[in-house]
Amino acid sequence: MNSNVQIATDHDGKSIWKFLISEMKPKGKFFTPFNIISIPIMLLGLGLIVIRFWKGLGSITNLSQDIPWGLWIGFDVVTGVAFAGGAYVLTFMVYILNMRKYHSIVRVTVLNGFLAYVFYAGALLLDLGRPWNVINPIIGNSFGTSSVLFLVAWHFLLYMIAELIEFSPAVAEWLGARRAQKILSGMTIAAVIFGITLSTLHQSGLGALYLMVKDKIHPLWYSEFIPIMFFVSSIFAGLSMVIFEGSISHKVFFKQISEKNHKAQKGIILGLSKICAGAMFAYFFLQLLVFIHGQNWTLINSPMGYWWLLEMVGFVLLPMILFFVSYRTNNLTMIKVAAVVTMLGVILNRLNVTVIGFKWDMAIRYVPSWMELVVTLAVIFTEIWIFRWVINRMPVLRDSPSWVNTNK
Amino acid sequence: MGLNRRNFFKLLGVTGMTLAVGKDAKAASDSGNNDVEFYGIMHDAARCKGCRGCEYDCADAHGLPEPLPSKDIPAVRTTNETSNTVVNTYQTSKGEVFIKRQCMHCNEPACAAACLTQAMHKTKMGPVTWDGNKCMGCRYCMVSCPFDSPKFEYHSANPKIQKCDMCYERLRTGEPPACAFNCPNEALLYGKRRDLIAEAHKRIVENPGLYVDHVYGEREAGGTGWLYLSPVPFEELGMKTTLLKSSYPALTKGFLYSVPSIFVLVPAFLLGLHQSTKNNHLKEETEDE
Repeated sequence: MNSNVQIATDHDGKSIWKFLISEMKPKGKFFTPFNIISIPIMLLGLGLIVIRFWKGLGSITNLSQDIPWGLWIGFDVVTGVAFAGGAYVLTFMVYILNMRKYHSIVRVTVLNGFLAYVFYAGALLLDLGRPWNVINPIIGNSFGTSSVLFLVAWHFLLYMIAELIEFSPAVAEWLGARRAQKILSGMTIAAVIFGITLSTLHQSGLGALYLMVKDKIHPLWYSEFIPIMFFVSSIFAGLSMVIFEGSISHKVFFKQISEKNHKAQKGIILGLSKICAGAMFAYFFLQLLVFIHGQNWTLINSPMGYWWLLEMVGFVLLPMILFFVSYRTNNLTMIKVAAVVTMLGVILNRLNVTVIGFKWDMAIRYVPSWMELVVTLAVIFTEIWIFRWVINRMPVLRDSPSWVNTNK
Repeated sequence: MGLNRRNFFKLLGVTGMTLAVGKDAKAASDSGNNDVEFYGIMHDAARCKGCRGCEYDCADAHGLPEPLPSKDIPAVRTTNETSNTVVNTYQTSKGEVFIKRQCMHCNEPACAAACLTQAMHKTKMGPVTWDGNKCMGCRYCMVSCPFDSPKFEYHSANPKIQKCDMCYERLRTGEPPACAFNCPNEALLYGKRRDLIAEAHKRIVENPGLYVDHVYGEREAGGTGWLYLSPVPFEELGMKTTLLKSSYPALTKGFLYSVPSIFVLVPAFLLGLHQSTKNNHLKEETEDE
């Protein structure tokens, strides 16, 4: 049994605050390369955020009257949420299809998804001009029900709750709360069904945000099928993130992972690469259909046309083939390469819709300022810090304490 | 039993969603209804002398900084957070033509459909107004607007969205908008949108050769509150002529209408899948042993 859980259960609630305070302290070496790089960036980011709220958005961003949404929406929110899609795909496989093989990576993926949503919703607050009114669509004094953004906002909120419920048994196990663990575990399946439904709608909803922007997005990226494109691509975006994050976690948190789960990892990655290849084939086929149906041949012979071809061939077709071949040849390294290429492709696609293809014909281009980049990096680093803090304390990668099995 | 209760709650949720979205569907069709009489303004570019008096009246009426004199400004500008309207000068095939630009006050505004707090709102009289107590500053209205009308104060800690509000406060007290009231050349005409369209077509018919046969705003973006007459094709005046002739919010209707059905079908489908695969792992485990 884990020693921390032992302490908490032995003192049975009385010393829970002491336990929590002791858990706040960092574990392990402090001066690691990651800390040395991330701390100055996080501090700088914090300073920039103060300036942003003091002097307005224009003080640190390159946003303008023509380009109202930049890196913080296009990358942090739209791309980040696509990468967080792994959580709903994996919970679907494990809890709905009962594919037990993938059970050992569900918790870490859900944690990743949950933190991603918390931090990207957080990044959204930075981008809001009047963030104190953010509760308006929630408390109901002004429901903009005809707005896609209203739908997306509600779904973000509800999905965060669903993911928190899905993850909560791990928190209960960490605190040694046996009764709570039992109750919360019982809620998992309901949260999963609710969560997948929400994900279907808001992953596509992020694309649907751009349906009204017909005149401003390059026609190669605009079609009435944007919502479906966003949904299908979130499947392989999320799974590539799971493969990428999993291979890093397995190195960094090596000690926490049991022998059995280490052995299972290979089979998991191979299985995921097969699913990625399938989803990417569907996505590529859809893109092709839209391309032919939209009679977009005439657009290809232009700089934006080549850019679109690069995205489709270099970052969809190529990694799809890589996934497929490496699945057939059991090549784990190639799968990881394919996952990275896929992720770059998803970033490229989301930025093409939201930033690069947005008013593509305008003379003056939007390029994010270095300060926008620093704030984005600071958000990502903070998320990794919290992720590491949780992994080192709660049974996410490591096995649950032994009392869990008798707790049914 | 547990399943029944769960289904009951699901049904309850679905009913709620359908009610919420259903209500919206009704509201959306209201705005296209002919019973509603929108007011609007017609700008006749053949009459406009480019005095820019309307710019000064507008700034005065909205407490915005006074516009710069004509010698200090370029011929073509866009509105911004400190000016709700601009009068642009174009050298055209028929000589110098002046055209006034501002928010078009669409019949079915993309900005109002985009707004998740209803801060952007199409009033019954016709003006599209902005409510600072509701707005969260997400700027989705700016992304959605086909005319790029809403402008945002990027250099303020308490930023506002600025755009023409057709002097809604004046309208409510029965006064016409400041620009139309003061125009010395009668280039701006305020009235019921229906009457303005009739007047526009009358002017086109009665003055052969003076106008191009196109009332800009009659059908653009599904119809707008501002209507334009011009002696030259509107492309020459920097007006967008490739816009949809139908309303922009209609583009998202299909997606929004699919939401209730997804909320019914997907959970039921998932629950069914879950039930049918429930015992799969037992099989696998016995195979393992």
